[in-house]
Amino acid sequence: MSDWERSSTARVIAPARPRKLAKVPFVELADGRLQGVVSSGSDIERVYVSSVGARTYAFACSTNNNRPCGGARGSFCNHIRALINEAVLQYGAERVARYLRVESADGEPSGQTLAAAMSATRPPQGDTKAAAPVFSRFLRHLAYLELAPTTAPLPEMQWFPPTRAVA
Amino acid sequence: MRADLLAETIAGLDEALAAVDAFDRALVGGLLRPQPAQAGGLTELAHAVAGTPLAARVAEAAGKAAAGSASEDHFVALAAARTALLGSVHDALMVRLEEASGRPRGEATVPAPGERQAANLLVAARSWLSDLARSGWQGIDHDVVAGAAPIVSAMLVDPALRRLATLLDGFAAELVASCPGAALERIPARRWADLWSRAMLLTLPGAAEVPMAGTVTGRLLPLGVDVQEHATAVQAQVHAVFEPADGGAPRLVRAGVSVPKPDTVVGAGLWQLLRPHMSLLAAVSEGRSMDLVGMPVTAEGDLLWNDEHARTGEPADAFVTARIVLPTATDPATAPLDRHPARIAVPVFLEGYATGNDDALTFTIAGHPLTVDTDRIPTAGPLTPAAVAASGSCIGLLRWDAGTYRVQPLAVETTVRKKTVAIHAGGWAGGTTDKAGIKAEKAATDAVAVLRERAGRLLRK
Repeated sequence: MSDWERSSTARVIAPARPRKLAKVPFVELADGRLQGVVSSGSDIERVYVSSVGARTYAFACSTNNNRPCGGARGSFCNHIRALINEAVLQYGAERVARYLRVESADGEPSGQTLAAAMSATRPPQGDTKAAAPVFSRFLRHLAYLELAPTTAPLPEMQWFPPTRAVA
Repeated sequence: MRADLLAETIAGLDEALAAVDAFDRALVGGLLRPQPAQAGGLTELAHAVAGTPLAARVAEAAGKAAAGSASEDHFVALAAARTALLGSVHDALMVRLEEASGRPRGEATVPAPGERQAANLLVAARSWLSDLARSGWQGIDHDVVAGAAPIVSAMLVDPALRRLATLLDGFAAELVASCPGAALERIPARRWADLWSRAMLLTLPGAAEVPMAGTVTGRLLPLGVDVQEHATAVQAQVHAVFEPADGGAPRLVRAGVSVPKPDTVVGAGLWQLLRPHMSLLAAVSEGRSMDLVGMPVTAEGDLLWNDEHARTGEPADAFVTARIVLPTATDPATAPLDRHPARIAVPVFLEGYATGNDDALTFTIAGHPLTVDTDRIPTAGPLTPAAVAASGSCIGLLRWDAGTYRVQPLAVETTVRKKTVAIHAGGWAGGTTDKAGIKAEKAATDAVAVLRERAGRLLRK
């Protein structure tokens, strides 16, 4: 076994890179999709739940009240494009491309080139059934802000050292 | 410090770790339908604890697991055997470290926690961990891994379950990012088996309790701050020397504060979440001591920090503390379950070394190179790998991982324009006037403000 395989503190995932959260407060690579929550540009009470599937690039976008997004007919809407751009900021283009199985064209991929490469395959419209679980994961994510700090020792965190490596 | 002792081999270490590795390889393939090689790994683990009180239970568990019919109790027994083996590794490594640091040895021991009633959530966690052991790291998929989320959510709100919740949360995030396991090019076998066995033991009621050892009154002299984080949790631990007011011998203690966090709160945002809950972080940034009155402390030397029992004291240079008080301080005892190499973090003061930078940064002390773990230096702070490489003295934590001792820098002294300057990894803990620091603080404040605004509108609807 290599040193990495015999390390108790091997780094498995790179930490998220800092980004501005106003437009896209939540992004994740989970359930075989890039998915997240995009704030509406016009209504402060409304958010869109957007997603792109790995491999098929099947896309979906609807509000948290499950009304379809007008822009996501036939091709990616602006919410989905914003979601891809912010995912690239948070995780790095390489990890997003790997997760979605986007074959990289020449050079370093960016949010734009990833969106263009996926659009070019004329991806199918996905269903919006995943919107509810994604939104509830976003709420779960926000609920972390409400959890109380503790000064009781947490020895398990010794297995989670910081790393200067970036995604 | 005698770095030569750290380079010497330790009798029995390789054999103990070989048995651990054999078991870890069995977990890679999973224990649903074990192959002969995996059965051999289980037997090797059982043989390694054959001379201990665990022998009979582990032998039975290994036999059942090799036949693909292990119950949850059998998995607990296997986790216990692996933990006991690494406990012996921990003890051997610590004996060597005590010789190397030359500090007086603490005589205290930590009693084992009492037994308690099993809570439903602990049972649920054990069931999920058993499913993981059956599927193996190569067999993980979204369905298996997703089982952790509801357990973690329910546990996080209960402070008594915070330790297991935080562990499972960080562990599950790594598994989610690694699905499907069949496509993994390499597997962190030691690490995931560590996390699995520790979580398994924490599902035993009462296992996470550390006995209290009364209260302390006296002066606290900070040495530095160690930060630990995963995507959704952070802990800052201050290592310090405590001088009892009654004139007793100084001792090493820790004071920590931790909090779950959204994964988008990073860098300086971590300090912002922690800062309001421990005045000690500000004292560390300002280079001050703190006066404690009746501060509760565990048998492991962890202060249960409460601002009401502390007030800011006189200025105290960490390097003066490290040079003068640290050599006379006793090390704390370690609780039975915490005896694991990953838990080793022994404060040391190093000087008079030559720095080298071939594969990794090293400090060569009296001819013996010691690897410097610069990756552990938090990004939200003024200390950089370059500053460590240019340093003349260092306060650090001695650690051990993947077969070698290494030192994690907490603070260094370097010479800038013929003046000695101290740079602390936790320099921004209490706030900063540093230009880069202010920028990082501003970005973090904005991120949290956006999330709070969104939470205010969308939560509880």
